[in-house]
Amino acid sequence: MSTPEATTEANAHDGGHGDISVGVAGAGAGGDGMASATRITPGNALRPEDIALAVSRGTAKPSEDAAEFALRLGDDALVLAQRLGHWISRAPELEEDIALGNIALDQLGHARSFLSYAGGLDGKSEDDLAYFRREHEFRSVEIFEIPNGDFAVTIARQFVVSYYQFELYRRLVDSTDATLAGIAAKAVKEVDYHRDHSAQWVLRLALGTDESRRRMIHGFKVIWPYVDELFRDDELTHRLSESGAAVEPSSLRADFDRLTGAVLAEAELEVPQVQPAPGGGRRGLHSEHLGYLLSEMQVLAREFPGASW
Amino acid sequence: MASQTLQSVPAEPSPARHETRHEMSPEDAARRDAEGQAYFDKVMAEDSRIEPRDWMPAAYRKTLLRQISQHAHSEIIGMQPEANWISRAPSLKRKAILMAKVQDEAGHGLYLYSAAETLGQPRDQMMQDLMDGKAKYSSIFNYPARTWADMGAIGWMVDGAAIANQVPLCRASFGPYGRAMVRVCKEESFHQRQGFEILLELSNGTPEQKQMAQDAVNRWYAPALMMFGPPDDDSPNSKQSMAWNIKRFSNDELRNRFVGMMMEQVKVLGLTLPDKDIRFNEETKKWEHGPLDWDEFHEVLAGRGPCNAQRLERRREAHENGAWVREAAAAYAAKQAKKQAKEVA
Repeated sequence: MSTPEATTEANAHDGGHGDISVGVAGAGAGGDGMASATRITPGNALRPEDIALAVSRGTAKPSEDAAEFALRLGDDALVLAQRLGHWISRAPELEEDIALGNIALDQLGHARSFLSYAGGLDGKSEDDLAYFRREHEFRSVEIFEIPNGDFAVTIARQFVVSYYQFELYRRLVDSTDATLAGIAAKAVKEVDYHRDHSAQWVLRLALGTDESRRRMIHGFKVIWPYVDELFRDDELTHRLSESGAAVEPSSLRADFDRLTGAVLAEAELEVPQVQPAPGGGRRGLHSEHLGYLLSEMQVLAREFPGASW
Repeated sequence: MASQTLQSVPAEPSPARHETRHEMSPEDAARRDAEGQAYFDKVMAEDSRIEPRDWMPAAYRKTLLRQISQHAHSEIIGMQPEANWISRAPSLKRKAILMAKVQDEAGHGLYLYSAAETLGQPRDQMMQDLMDGKAKYSSIFNYPARTWADMGAIGWMVDGAAIANQVPLCRASFGPYGRAMVRVCKEESFHQRQGFEILLELSNGTPEQKQMAQDAVNRWYAPALMMFGPPDDDSPNSKQSMAWNIKRFSNDELRNRFVGMMMEQVKVLGLTLPDKDIRFNEETKKWEHGPLDWDEFHEVLAGRGPCNAQRLERRREAHENGAWVREAAAAYAAKQAKKQAKEVA
């Protein structure tokens, strides 16, 4: 525990996090080349564990509304991480195995932070919420639940959600809720990179070959019916925006349209003319896809309720 | 010791650097080969490093290319058994760790393909050889990851065996390989610890969890030991690789060392190794283990393991499904380059 990182304010309180030595003398394969690999260096970023700790100590407690809002954003990110994780070992290039894996990990990190915070309302952990809620208790919107499809569908979904998340987190940085602001401050930097990744692929696929262009156009057609739901206000967002804890989703739309529109124009693509789907995930009314995703994600944890992993 | 050797550099520059083959007469070529061989021999004697543009014997190049590309393929195929549990990881923290681990393996594949490319073969060709069944990868990945505990056993035993094998490779005489291995070993070491931690948690959990852990250790033990390759008297290439300072210890030496390490750690886990013949030989000062089923090893190597067909098919499927994406990226890059050239003109 002698690295500077290990003693920063952000992680000094949970002693031992930086070292997960197996506890056996000489337990590595021997050799000094691996000594540094025994330390984790998380830097100063706010981690899910920090939030869980703050919540358990009572230094951070969400209001009922903030908890519900955190649940929404956490579920969006969790479902997306679950979807993207499927690409690892199946991507078109090794570099994309890594890139999509990275994005999935970022989203999973955001999900863990939001869920840890949401659970603070009634003493639940991130895992209680992820693994032991039923489908109608999830709050994700439909666009995150859409199956991966081909690479173009995945990129179309990434393009929409990363521009949406960027606009949302950029504003949440100023939230009157300090924890939401803290999570957003970390997430916005990561989502900015996700925007870049997806925008570059939209250009490559739209302007690459005839086939890739056809598939990119199809990808947007599959995804676009679910765009509107992202920007729908309701009573919760109304109350939260009144209090300054969050913003109305509708207030993000103009920036979203302008920024995605610029990329689409460069890609010589038009916004697909499709009818919007009604959605309903924020009220627990989900697509047919979510049940399969949850049953796979939850199966092992539910086989051993109460077990520790 | 390792770190000292890593720092060593040849006393004088290689004679082969900056020479171009096509301008050479046969006499010059012969002289260059003789000078090259002399330099190569000196590097071997000094235990320092050969770099990609140095002269090297054709067989040295071929051996390295085979070994490094096989190693890269093992990383890539090795992603599959663990990717199999990403969607079902039983906690979000475990899911994150597992995702990061599989992602690291893709990264290892990338460094290793890059190291192999410095020997003159493009990555596409290596990938093709893998999919055509012409290139091998570590047989261990032809076993199935049946339960969550396999994530622990793979990390602890398979990555543990890989580290025992790979730490000495950090000193391999070919520079790009040795340097890639330094980074790979750091990450593998972390992987081994997280595998150990998974097993420890299971072992301290419910009786069913502990049983799951023991069952995984039982299944992965023998295949992990066989990762070191056939016994020394049946390993024809080892001797030459050791003469070339690629390999530093024999298969059996590394295997015995690994068994000793496992024996210590398994006690902390509160589990057992499925081998009643493990003992420390006081005379030789070496660990010994029971007999291994080398027929099974050769069966799996020959393509008749539980998951050989599945692993290759999955690789092919990903490659084929991604062909249009790679073509699009190449076409787009070409168009952009053309556009830029026009703008400059």
